[in-house]
Amino acid sequence: MKIIKYIISDIIRNKIMLAYTVLLLAISLSVFNLEDNKAKGLLSLMSVILIVVPLVSIIFATIYIYNSAEFIELLVSQPLKRTRLLLSVYSGLAISLLLAFLIGSGIPVLIYSPSIVGGVLIAVGMGLTLVFASLAILASVLAREKAKGMGIAILLWFYFSLIYDGIVLFILFQFSDYPLEKASIVFSSLNPIDLGRVVILLKMDVSAMMGYTGAVFKEFFGGNWGSIYSGGIILAWIVAPLYLSVRRFNRKDL
Amino acid sequence: MERFVQVILCLCLPWMASGKTWHVRQAGTGHPIQHALDLAAPGDTILVDKGIYTEKGLVIRKPVCLRGIDWPILDGEKQYEILAVSANDVVVEGFHFQYSGVSGWHDIAGVKIYNAHHVTIRSNILDHTFFGIYCLGSSNCTLSGNTIHSDADNDIQSGNGIHCWKCDSMRILDNEITRHRDGIYFEFVTHSLIRGNRSFSNARYGLHFMFSHNNVYERNLFRHNEAGVSVMFSHGVTMLGNTFTENWGGSAYGILMKEITDSKVIGNHFLNNTSGIYMEGTTRILVTENTFSGNGWAMKIQASCSDDVITRNNFNGNTFDIATNGSLVLNTFNANYWDKYEGYDLGRDGIGDVPYHPVSLYSMIAEKNPTVMMLYHSFMVGLLDKSEKVIPSITPEALRDDKPFMKPLRLP
Repeated sequence: MKIIKYIISDIIRNKIMLAYTVLLLAISLSVFNLEDNKAKGLLSLMSVILIVVPLVSIIFATIYIYNSAEFIELLVSQPLKRTRLLLSVYSGLAISLLLAFLIGSGIPVLIYSPSIVGGVLIAVGMGLTLVFASLAILASVLAREKAKGMGIAILLWFYFSLIYDGIVLFILFQFSDYPLEKASIVFSSLNPIDLGRVVILLKMDVSAMMGYTGAVFKEFFGGNWGSIYSGGIILAWIVAPLYLSVRRFNRKDL
Repeated sequence: MERFVQVILCLCLPWMASGKTWHVRQAGTGHPIQHALDLAAPGDTILVDKGIYTEKGLVIRKPVCLRGIDWPILDGEKQYEILAVSANDVVVEGFHFQYSGVSGWHDIAGVKIYNAHHVTIRSNILDHTFFGIYCLGSSNCTLSGNTIHSDADNDIQSGNGIHCWKCDSMRILDNEITRHRDGIYFEFVTHSLIRGNRSFSNARYGLHFMFSHNNVYERNLFRHNEAGVSVMFSHGVTMLGNTFTENWGGSAYGILMKEITDSKVIGNHFLNNTSGIYMEGTTRILVTENTFSGNGWAMKIQASCSDDVITRNNFNGNTFDIATNGSLVLNTFNANYWDKYEGYDLGRDGIGDVPYHPVSLYSMIAEKNPTVMMLYHSFMVGLLDKSEKVIPSITPEALRDDKPFMKPLRLP
């Protein structure tokens, strides 16, 4: 617990974290003030959140872990379980990133558009923060050098926000003669950003989603089971990288 | 003036010519209404008291006025056609028709008009009839203020609410039609006025017509029909101030127009449909002063359409404004308001200085392959759309609005 507290107080004083909070706040406020249509404002905010939140979460967390490598080495020499240590580092990072996100985007959404869609948007943003902080831990455990770790982190972000969608688009066109509605549910589960976007868009009732594909999605993700399913998938995306990094970290020769 | 005189004549005919008024009092065994109809002379009025009448197929063969008091029930016992009219100048009003027969062979109806003119069916309730009001080869008939309700679940075991075949100069006014196959169905119907009807929750189309020329559709509401509204193979269609709303689904359209020529679509509202207007093979259609709002696709115009003019419409909050399936553009888009327009107006004349391209790349992709909607609003799709906007390569360059309005038009 002491480690978590220490990390949080360390990060909060960090200027980058402050800048991140102010950036989110500025984007959210300007989006809601520029658009007189609240639904459109939420849509623009969603596009920004789906890009910025994963990017900042993964890069900041990776940099932070490399910068505090000496601190972590010091703690490893203490009578502390390594699993516990890494999870504390993750918790500290996650809590402070969540705090920044909630202040930067949560409060404006609460003020300007306190609706179910807004709530889902914030929930998705929080989920993505946790997922990408977890991926950052994995990246920094995998590589010893800072440059390599950063490379992995950026590549992961790039993969999830761009490359993956390109591959899916390619597959959807190559196999367009086959019914791919069910497959597209699987595709969206394999990428937390896509999953988050689909969940938000379904809550927004964007009309073009109401075609056959949309109907399949709505049936699957729309009900309570859909919410539980998507929550479970996001949780899996948080736990799986953490598990892998803990396993790796326990055997790692520091 | 001519029409006015016609209406007055029609209203007054029973009284002008009538000598007698018959009163059917007792609901019971036998066929009291048919008996009265047989005794009555042309021009007489028959009043029917409240009650349940099972007449097993009433037929009106002479010009009389049949009027119900407090909605007497005419019951078809789920076997018979309830009322047939085969004379001119007949008035039927104030009845409650229920439970006609259902048949896949005969088109059994609540009220059927056979080859007659100047028949008026008004202020009736039709409940669970197979077809509601069915007109065959008739002209100058008025169907007004009827409430027509059934319980169709699919489009196979059900009939149409108002069905007209080979008719002319019909007036269909202020009816409410729900849960039938097609709300209003026309085939070979000409010079008719369809005004103020509400057609919703039907198993197929709210309005469906083919080969029906020179008709006027005014201020009707078509809401939440399984496949929207579909009109085909007609010319001289005028649609004024109708509302098409909440038609959801892959093949549901606010209005689907196929092979329609020389027609006008003016001042209509298309709200929250999967596709507002779908046009295929249409020629010389004027689409103006309409409001498109909250639709998935405001308009889908296939490349087979030509000489259509789309001007002075408001496009507001649609996912995609226009979609098309080819690069050939033979239609004119001019002076509309598009909420997605990002241009500027240096001259301050309310008209944007750069053209607007209403077809986005992704709407063309989604048109070909609907599953890709899964990636809608993703970063990559945004990049694709932006790069296509800068250098159009796939979207038709000619499909553009050269004088887009900066602010929404004031439309009724």
